[in-house]
Amino acid sequence: MSSLEIKDLHVSIGEKQIVKGLTLTVRSGEVHAIMGPNGTGKSTLAKAVAGHPSFTITSGDVLLDGRSILAMQPDERARAGLFLAFQYPSEIPGVSIANFLRAAVQARMGEGEELDATGYYKRLYSKMDLLKIDRKFTSRAINDGFSGGEKKRCEILQMAMLEPKFALMDETDSGLDIDALRIVADGVNALRSTNLGVLMITHYQRLLGYIVPDHVHVMWDGRIVKSGDKSLALELEAKGYDWVKKELVRA
Amino acid sequence: MSASPTLAPAALGSFTPEVFAAHLASVSHLPAWWLDRKRAAYEKFASLPLPKRTDESWRFATLTGLKLDGYVLPAAVTAAQLGHSPIGIAKAGKLVLANNRLVAQEPISAELAGRGVIFETLQNALLKHGDLVKAHLLAQPAKQGSEKFSALHTALLNDGAFIYLPRGVELAEPLAVFHYAHGAAAAVFPHTLVIAEGNSRATVVDFFRSADDGAHFACGQNDLYAAHGAQLTYTAAQTWSRETLSFQSNSIVARRDARVQSFNLHLGGRQSRHESHSELQAPGAHSEMLALTVAHGSQEFDQRTLQIHQAPHTSSNLLYKNALLDQSKTIFSGLIVVDPDAQKTDAYQSNRNLMLSDDAEANSLPGLEIQANDVRCTHGATSSRIDPEQEFYLQARGIRKDDAGELLTFGFFEEVLSKLASEPLHDAFRDLIKTKFKK
Ligand SMILES: Nc1ncnc2c1ncn2[C@@H]1O[C@H](COP(=O)(O)OP(=O)(O)OP(=O)(O)O)[C@@H](O)[C@H]1O
Ligand SMILES: [Mg+2]
Repeated sequence: MSSLEIKDLHVSIGEKQIVKGLTLTVRSGEVHAIMGPNGTGKSTLAKAVAGHPSFTITSGDVLLDGRSILAMQPDERARAGLFLAFQYPSEIPGVSIANFLRAAVQARMGEGEELDATGYYKRLYSKMDLLKIDRKFTSRAINDGFSGGEKKRCEILQMAMLEPKFALMDETDSGLDIDALRIVADGVNALRSTNLGVLMITHYQRLLGYIVPDHVHVMWDGRIVKSGDKSLALELEAKGYDWVKKELVRA
Repeated sequence: MSASPTLAPAALGSFTPEVFAAHLASVSHLPAWWLDRKRAAYEKFASLPLPKRTDESWRFATLTGLKLDGYVLPAAVTAAQLGHSPIGIAKAGKLVLANNRLVAQEPISAELAGRGVIFETLQNALLKHGDLVKAHLLAQPAKQGSEKFSALHTALLNDGAFIYLPRGVELAEPLAVFHYAHGAAAAVFPHTLVIAEGNSRATVVDFFRSADDGAHFACGQNDLYAAHGAQLTYTAAQTWSRETLSFQSNSIVARRDARVQSFNLHLGGRQSRHESHSELQAPGAHSEMLALTVAHGSQEFDQRTLQIHQAPHTSSNLLYKNALLDQSKTIFSGLIVVDPDAQKTDAYQSNRNLMLSDDAEANSLPGLEIQANDVRCTHGATSSRIDPEQEFYLQARGIRKDDAGELLTFGFFEEVLSKLASEPLHDAFRDLIKTKFKK
């Protein structure tokens, strides 16, 4: 059983404090949903955990299986089992999906170990078929000219290939059409059954209908201000964030 | 014959009148016109000074690195001594030259020879096809600052490759020429002369290699002549040793409706100067000039280009990309010249630098000299760094920072690499570039 523990995390960009003391533990096989208004620090949280160099962790800790990952480079964190599905995936002209994923798979192999190219392509194509991604995409440059939905599907393809322990999925549902949403949800549910832990940032109840969360958290101004089960998402959908705000003021 | 007395000995370096006389004696069987040209060239070499600080055409170059002493005209080597390693691509023919002499070859098929294709050494061509060689060998004098080195090349050029493509002949596979320097302080003078007659079509690949890590001196030149409607692809991969000083001059002549693509890959050498000029002599002529450079350590690559539009409705397209690591340095100086009656010229020139280190230095001097009024000419130079968001994206997938830099460099190069139509050459070039990133 693995765990990802975020402990009293404070994150700033330059002088500006964005995440202001956030605590959360995700265990293998669990899905935690984070919801919250725009600009509240959800992406900042996800990127800081993944090790983005622009963000400074001023206090708190992030532990993977009990060990702090804060001193690790982003690539080390990824190889240790973290995966960030980006809200806005980078476009990288000139680097093909096939070469990129091969480099990522190779990075996880031991010194002197050779990648079995046939096996690699077989696995890649079977994942692409599952996600209904045209095989022609392997020779296209990473996200270059991809539609919004194609980018998100490509993120899930990478996740499926790299088999992380924990995935931070930042608005993977936005931009997906209904069919794609179902395909992605099926993909995540399949990985969940093999013990993937998920921290899922979303604005929409719709996704949570397909990927049923164990916990739902509301993030507000850099903190988790309310947690509950899946019914909290429905309540939010019905009442809006003003309801949370009023509760906060009352408290 | 003697050197001008006003010149410091440094201007001759190892290439003294005695060295030249010995060389000349060794090629006395070659045609008299050629020997005369060599004598005149040596006089010119000896009379010209080394580049000076005030020479505009050497701006930014490290002049202290251009010493000509300490070199020798090397002894012959055998194929076995050379340890030639093939590149694993199908070829229509191959010549391997080392230390200025032929050491091995795979001749073209009897079928191609029967159709009039010639692929042999320059010395043989001088003896058998003298008039053809005379019309095209070193026909375009150096124009971009390397007059002295071009003269030295002519004076000491011993042997090279000669390629003749008769009218209408198309080669499915490339012709490959390997030019090696072998042994300490070896001075080599590589040459490849290509004459592509009307509507012929071929790809020629030059490989410039050091057989060991000696401090070599390479002073090469090539002449590419594309007649009416010819389609010529010329690619070169320079992987001289890290201690090599090299000068290479590339001359392209495109006649009516001819299309020439040149692609130079620069990886080796301590200090490498590359000059390339295209003359678009008749309507419809087109020259695509491409180059990729990976500079690391304290390497210096100095590239000077000229696109000369001499006739209306001609086009040229230049794209040079450099990736700079460590304390390396690059210089790009390009000029588009449009003659007064070259209306409807369409010329493009672009130099892009990817700075992979804060200590590297990229210099760009793009230029235009336009005397016609109805033309389209654009030029530009940019320097950029790795995009931190792209780097993070790759790292977030577990790819190490150095490998991410390599992937992003290939991404940056792909725009140029993808213009190579030959898949095997494309792969061979990628593999060569990869060797620069091995630690
Ligand atoms: N690089 C940056 N420089 C300055 N401010 C930033 C930077 N990145 C994020 N911010 C600010 O930090 C705050 C939190 O941004 P973040 O992207 O984490 O919000 P979010 O909760 O993910 O919002 P959304 O729901 O719109 O995706 C915002 O006010 C944003 O403008
Ligand atoms: Mg966000």
